[in-house]
Amino acid sequence: MTVISGAERRTAGWSEALRRWADGGNLIYAVLGVALIIAWPLVDVAGGDFMSGDSIRSILLRSISLGIVAMGQTLVILAGSLDLSVAYVISITTVVAASTIDGQASRLPLGIGLVLAIGAVVGLLNGLIITKTKTNPFIATLGMALVLQGILRSGVSAAKGEVPSSFQALGYKSLGPVPLAVLLLVVVFAVVYFLQRYTAFGAHLYAVGGDVQTARLSGVRSDRVIVTAHVLCSLAAVAAGLFVMARLGTGDPRVGPDGAYDLDSIAAVVVGGTALSGGRGGVAGTLAGVLLLSVLDSVFNSLQVSSFIQQAVRGGVLIVAVAAYAIRKRRAEG
Amino acid sequence: MRQGIKAAALAGIGALLLAGCGSTAGSNEAKAGDGTVVSEGRSSKWFDQAEYDRQLKTAETAPEGSADQPWLQRVNSPTEDTSQYKKDGPYNLCVSNAGVGNPWRVVGLNTMEHEAKLHPEIGKLNVVDAQSKDEKQIADVNDLVNSGNCDALIVSPNTTAALTPAVEQACQKLPVIVFDRGVNTDCPVSFVHTAGGYAFGDAAGRFLVDNVKKGGNILVLRALPGVDIFETRYVAGQIAMEEGGLNIVGTEFTNYDAAKTKSIVSDYLQRGPIDGVFLDAGGTAVAAIEAFEDAGVPVPPITGEDQNDFLQAWHDNDLTAVAPTYPAFQWRTAILAALQVLKGEPTAKEWVLPQPVITKDNLSDYYTPDMPPLFYALCGCQDMPGFPGDWKK
Amino acid sequence: MITAPVEQATPARRAQAGNALQRLARVGPVVTVLVILYILCGLKNPMFFEPTVAMGLIKRAAPLMVLAAGQALVIIVGGLDLSVGALVTMTVVLAAGVSNGDPTATWWLLPGLLLLGAFVGLVNGLIVTRLKVPSFIATLGMMGILGGVVFQWSGGAPRGALAENFRTLGRSWIDVPVLGQLPYSVLVVLVVTVVGWWWLHRSDFGQQVFAVGGNADTAELSGVPVSRVRVAVFTVSGLCAALAGILLGGFAGVSAQVGSGMEFEAISAVVVGGAVIGGGRGSLPLAVAGALTLELLFTLLNLFSFPEPIRVTVQGVIIIAAVAYGGFRRRRTG
Repeated sequence: MTVISGAERRTAGWSEALRRWADGGNLIYAVLGVALIIAWPLVDVAGGDFMSGDSIRSILLRSISLGIVAMGQTLVILAGSLDLSVAYVISITTVVAASTIDGQASRLPLGIGLVLAIGAVVGLLNGLIITKTKTNPFIATLGMALVLQGILRSGVSAAKGEVPSSFQALGYKSLGPVPLAVLLLVVVFAVVYFLQRYTAFGAHLYAVGGDVQTARLSGVRSDRVIVTAHVLCSLAAVAAGLFVMARLGTGDPRVGPDGAYDLDSIAAVVVGGTALSGGRGGVAGTLAGVLLLSVLDSVFNSLQVSSFIQQAVRGGVLIVAVAAYAIRKRRAEG
Repeated sequence: MRQGIKAAALAGIGALLLAGCGSTAGSNEAKAGDGTVVSEGRSSKWFDQAEYDRQLKTAETAPEGSADQPWLQRVNSPTEDTSQYKKDGPYNLCVSNAGVGNPWRVVGLNTMEHEAKLHPEIGKLNVVDAQSKDEKQIADVNDLVNSGNCDALIVSPNTTAALTPAVEQACQKLPVIVFDRGVNTDCPVSFVHTAGGYAFGDAAGRFLVDNVKKGGNILVLRALPGVDIFETRYVAGQIAMEEGGLNIVGTEFTNYDAAKTKSIVSDYLQRGPIDGVFLDAGGTAVAAIEAFEDAGVPVPPITGEDQNDFLQAWHDNDLTAVAPTYPAFQWRTAILAALQVLKGEPTAKEWVLPQPVITKDNLSDYYTPDMPPLFYALCGCQDMPGFPGDWKK
Repeated sequence: MITAPVEQATPARRAQAGNALQRLARVGPVVTVLVILYILCGLKNPMFFEPTVAMGLIKRAAPLMVLAAGQALVIIVGGLDLSVGALVTMTVVLAAGVSNGDPTATWWLLPGLLLLGAFVGLVNGLIVTRLKVPSFIATLGMMGILGGVVFQWSGGAPRGALAENFRTLGRSWIDVPVLGQLPYSVLVVLVVTVVGWWWLHRSDFGQQVFAVGGNADTAELSGVPVSRVRVAVFTVSGLCAALAGILLGGFAGVSAQVGSGMEFEAISAVVVGGAVIGGGRGSLPLAVAGALTLELLFTLLNLFSFPEPIRVTVQGVIIIAAVAYGGFRRRRTG
């Protein structure tokens, strides 16, 4: 006869279930939840208002560009590859689109179409170099980043082009309480999640990332999967670039590297639970990872923590997160 | 053997391509009808004749106000009524700072914070650092404006064009003071800046014309492309030097990196004599000087800035040099302008500050041997409590 | 002035020249490229054949060469060290800020900084081996932590100054006959390369490094202390980074940008030298040669007055080509 009361047993049941849920691949959501719960009083005590519409919108807005890029990066990392060229794809997108559009709303389709095409070509090249010449993705995309950087610098040295106010709305306006940018993020997320979860392509991604030889033996055309993943990743970078362009109102060649989109997107992906070696994880976790980083940013800003400490903490969070996943994996493997 | 040849072929083809496509550095000058030289700089997109004339005139105009408080001086800066912004203290001042990524900005921010401490009516000075990122600064400005905790917003924009929409939105909610780089809107209540890049570059260029023989070889070292305050300096310098009969043998970007500066100067020294060096940003001037020293070549006339290591090298080695300045005391003025606005006092819509040039005649006024090398002499901080210790850490 | 060997060649001499090239090529394509680039530089401007100038080239490449040596070890053991750039920055900024130009501080600063670099490397190694965090992530996180901490301490941009005697290693030279000037940094590079070569390619420990990089599981089964090997390698990488920082600070003094991007340059140098990301293959001396090659490439591009943007693009193409070519070569020779 146990001495635990009914109420205690119920609480034990709840916390046990919660722990199992958190352990079972949902760690990032648990952490995000905890972060929100801790952040709320912290920020409010510091004089802010964490749960206000403005504050939430601010957190979400910080997440848009990195979030969109990180989704594309998730696909590539799932396949066992990675993409270091996304930062310059973003820069080129803002410059080429803003210059082409040059303030005229009628030229929007032309500008957007052009940069999407450029993104597709870059992704295609990345994928082909990696699969056909068997060059390591780190080097291949690093080299591509340098090539893009050179092309960018030879064409333009400063902010260029103009964005019509109708498109700038994407960066600043809202539909009711929801900023348009958040809707963009949700749409991109839905598309990528669908691809990852419900299509053969998604299944193949996991297979190729998990074990390329086995995947090939099962008939998966691994080269095509990897190339497609890279194309999608570059397209996502273009989408992020279009959003950034809307925010800036102009094209800016430095915006990609400034935002450290290459390394930060990889960081967001692994913090969200996707393994760097591929085959495990997903975009939902990535999105939670991005949100977590944004919450951290917002909290630090309210507490007026210096940006250098923020940078150091982000580095620490990255290591701790991945270490936690590694420990979990080892425990699961027994 | 085949691998060796393949590698050689790769390198060879690469080099041939390079050779074929290489463009010569150096400037193109057009000759006007009467044989005088018209610099290509005048057709640069960064050249604005009206602004150029205005800045050069400003540089020659004596400022109003006392010379021992240059951060309060004004040149042709009519004031406007700001009584609509009048508020009772204590004031919460918010600052969106582009970043502290170079020593000038570090000195400037330090000086600004000390200025704020001099005024008990400032309750809080909240400085947010954008780490030199446009996107972050836009988010910072939005957050500050929406926080409701700011009585006035001071902005030092990272990029002129990119920060314009954010500043425009901010203007609708509170008085905005912009300093250092500007924005493409005149909605801010006050825009604090010194004479400008054209004046800076012109002073440097004309110094070289006066001190280098006609037809002499000039090496131009530039920090970063596309930054408006540097582009204007370069253009004005280019015009002054080319129209003054000097020959620019090379224009190179150093990325504001000392190692790169040294390497570039060493390489050029291999190509031929250098009779003068023009820098649009004086932070790496000492690296250029060291390159000459390491090569055993006397240092030619060189332009720099008021960074103390340059002043020290100038003084100790008796160099032929000039240091136009982009005074860090404008960081003080920004606070003072904000206070004027919040007190409803008449404030200059565009507060133009003087931009002194350090020459061999007044070097001893500005050079202080025991201040650190990365200290900026025109900080306007010498009379502040805490000097020099707080600027030495 | 050089006489091309082929000009007055008899068949015998031609065979000799062919043999020499053959031997060079067998060492590694990077050496051939290095020699060709150097000759091209000299053809364009004969001053480069003068010993003083040649030494000057090595002097300014020295920091990267030392960095490449350490990175080679890490890459061959199967990892990546992204924190070295931040370590270089930290070394210079700390030295300047702490000593403030005081020459008496140099005596304890030099060993202190080297120890600090080794310690950071040790921590990296422990994170990788104990916490099972992939080295990409561990060192990426460390990069953020180091950068944030250092600039928080210094207040944003470097402060202080480096003493003259601190800068000796990176900047000064000994006057010698024949060569004229022998920079200290060249001596340092020589020592590092010889010691590194012996340690990696001639000692038992080096064999273990290759074994772990080739297949860590097999190595472990054969009794190789995998964790200890990894930790040792990362520690040495950190040590090399600190040494590179000392050389760089010596050469160029303190500036705001010091060290940024050097991790990617080092990795590029190592792969240009023939190592493979993923581990198991590579050469330390060739990595050092790769660093010098990159520096020569930049100098050559500079000599040909090539606009800056194209230099960056060329760098990107070269890196991809080098790795792709290396992979191609490996597959052909099996």
